[in-house]
Amino acid sequence: VTTGGLRDFVADTAEGEDFSLAAVRSELSTEFTVRQEPGAAGSGMHRRTWLDTFDWRLYKAGLTLQFEQARRGGLLVLSKADGTPQVEQPVTRWPRRPGLAEDLPPGPVRDRILVLTSPRALLPIVKAASTVSVNRLLNADGKTVARLVVEEHVTVTAPTPNSAGGTTAELPPRLAVAEVRGYPSQARKAAGLLASVPGVSHASQSVFIAALTALGRHPADYTSGVEAEITATMPASVAVARLLLRLLDTVELNVDGVLRDIDTEFLHDLRVAVRRTRSAIKLLGAVLPADLAEHFKAEFKWLGDVTTPVRDLDVHLLGFDALTEQLVAASPDDLEPLRAFLVRRRAREFRRLAAALRGPRFRAITDDWRKALLEIRDVDGPRRRRPTAAVLARAATGKAFRRVAAQGDAITSDSPPETLHDLRKRAKELRYLLEFFAPLYDQVAYRKVLSDLKQLQDCLGEFQDSEVQRHEIRDLADAMLTDSMLAGRAAPAATLLAMGEIAAKLALSQAEARAEFAARFARFAGPAGRERVRVLLANETQGRP
Amino acid sequence: VKIFATYNIKGGVGKTTAAVNLAYLSAADGCRTLLWDLDPQGAASFLFRIKPRVKGGGKALIRGTKTLDDAIKGTDFDHLDLLPADFTYRNMDLLLGGADKKPTRKLGQLLKPMAAEYDHVFLDCPPSISLVSENVMHAADVLLVPLIPTTLSVRTLDQLTEFVAGFNGRRPRVWAFFSMVDRRKTLHQEITRDLATERAGVAATPIPALSMIERMSVERAPVTAFAPRSVAARAYRALWAEVQQDPKP
Repeated sequence: VTTGGLRDFVADTAEGEDFSLAAVRSELSTEFTVRQEPGAAGSGMHRRTWLDTFDWRLYKAGLTLQFEQARRGGLLVLSKADGTPQVEQPVTRWPRRPGLAEDLPPGPVRDRILVLTSPRALLPIVKAASTVSVNRLLNADGKTVARLVVEEHVTVTAPTPNSAGGTTAELPPRLAVAEVRGYPSQARKAAGLLASVPGVSHASQSVFIAALTALGRHPADYTSGVEAEITATMPASVAVARLLLRLLDTVELNVDGVLRDIDTEFLHDLRVAVRRTRSAIKLLGAVLPADLAEHFKAEFKWLGDVTTPVRDLDVHLLGFDALTEQLVAASPDDLEPLRAFLVRRRAREFRRLAAALRGPRFRAITDDWRKALLEIRDVDGPRRRRPTAAVLARAATGKAFRRVAAQGDAITSDSPPETLHDLRKRAKELRYLLEFFAPLYDQVAYRKVLSDLKQLQDCLGEFQDSEVQRHEIRDLADAMLTDSMLAGRAAPAATLLAMGEIAAKLALSQAEARAEFAARFARFAGPAGRERVRVLLANETQGRP
Repeated sequence: VKIFATYNIKGGVGKTTAAVNLAYLSAADGCRTLLWDLDPQGAASFLFRIKPRVKGGGKALIRGTKTLDDAIKGTDFDHLDLLPADFTYRNMDLLLGGADKKPTRKLGQLLKPMAAEYDHVFLDCPPSISLVSENVMHAADVLLVPLIPTTLSVRTLDQLTEFVAGFNGRRPRVWAFFSMVDRRKTLHQEITRDLATERAGVAATPIPALSMIERMSVERAPVTAFAPRSVAARAYRALWAEVQQDPKP
């Protein structure tokens, strides 16, 4: 049984010389008898696919998921970034690609990645095909004391959505010394000999990372964050254009995943980017040409609106199991007709959404918006010199904060729910502004303000979401009754009763959120909170170039 | 983990060849298998081309200054590891006798940590009646006893069965099988046939006396590996299939 601890090498073919296995074998022959082992475990054709979510959740957690295809089914191997295998699990059939981790059969890999990746799907990131041969290294007794594993003809591909072609690259051959248990010094000796062969060097990257590099990709090259490249001293209009271009990138990067309906988070990320765009136009649009801001304000409102129905239904379906778990009187099965109803409704709404995203209005928005923003970003006329990004950031953020503070101060225990809803919107605007200009701030001060704001937003979100969901459940109950009458079926009374119980639960959590509001708000906008914001914005004005 | 031990009071009855071939077959089935060569002569180690040497000797293993894990060597075959013999094993009785308490259970305790790593453990026991063999009998789930088909060896089996039956608590199943059966000898034929049908715990598969089995010491590999289609290999495969089941009542 060979243990881990592979010593990996790359045969560098860049020097123009062809890699010669003969040279390697002859070097190893000085200490060992080298014998080919046809049919050895792990030899032959290898087909591997590396999987991760669109936003690289496994990679960011320091993990690599690999699917090794065998004649029948295959093996899923979850490894640490350094290549140490963690857990593995055979799968007879990869459910459907891309698939959700929860669609995998039960097993240790599923257990390990489910929470991490959910609700995102696992996408094939890189595929590799190669030929592996194994050589035994024998000592004087004819005993196998190490193995030389040679991986050649490594062809890597970045799969494309429609599986037509995709970019392909060839990686140099890889060599590895596999240790035989109880013979560590022999493996070390073999590795030492390998390292001395001209053109052979220690592998600095895993095949996965080497493949990404060869294909011109970088790990974690997608994030849903803003992270625009702006500086304190650049003209405000340029900074805002860069910001909006970055948001437009996010919108466009997610469209394909939305249309293929891979997982719910493509639409979510798209919608967040649209909301941020709308807030930016509203709060920072003064530095843009007035007609431009006015036109796209309407266009992005339209885009936001067409995506709303599907997202609302996604939220219901994603939280469905959590909801049914709370039932006390009714049985979870009572709610199954509701789930089926939601799924049908989503299918209908999805067709509308897809038509909109494939339609001319959406294309016009993205094309014209990009063109206009690029012009602003690149044409650096004298009238765009003032104000700087730092000045704009301070003015806009300070104003947004004062507005949150004033509106929150006015809220008493008697205030109607609308005042809290309104405050939630203002808090969200403030949050977006903070995130837009994050690169300009002192990071410690920034995180302090953001963390308090998040707490306040969570509380306001809980309050409003509970209210909205309660109304939605009532609307759904109405719709189910109407629908089932149209279809000649009676809506099950048990389902409606269970929905009533859910509505009662929601009212309860809404009341809890309302009770917590005063304390959270005081923490964010009380004297200490105000001081934290003052420090943040004061630092920012000294901003780095 | 299931522990198999090959044992006979006499030497040269095909004990080591059985242990080596059955362990190989177990590993070839995909079971993670460990063979512990307890015989200071180191025949099993020799057959796998592994030096019969353990750093610190038997003393280090029994006293626990070195774990079994550190001494294990990988064989040339997938899933099959070997814990080599060491010449100091000849003193193992003394070492076991010096163990603090329960000197007959010491080997079983040493093997406990191996349970997670292996599906099958084979103990190739030196020929004798000693504290070592008693330890092996306590540690084993299945006691594999090679028998030369003679009336005398049948008596020995009876004595062994009786001895094991006297154990408190866990007792190994005794699986005897005929070894080095000479098909030209009428007595061998008769005893083999009769006993396998009459007596519980005697395998129906005999291992014949074949020069192919002796060739193992030249090839330094299990006959089931270097001549898988030979009569000898077929006999070991049939025996392996049989001893994995419960013995006849």
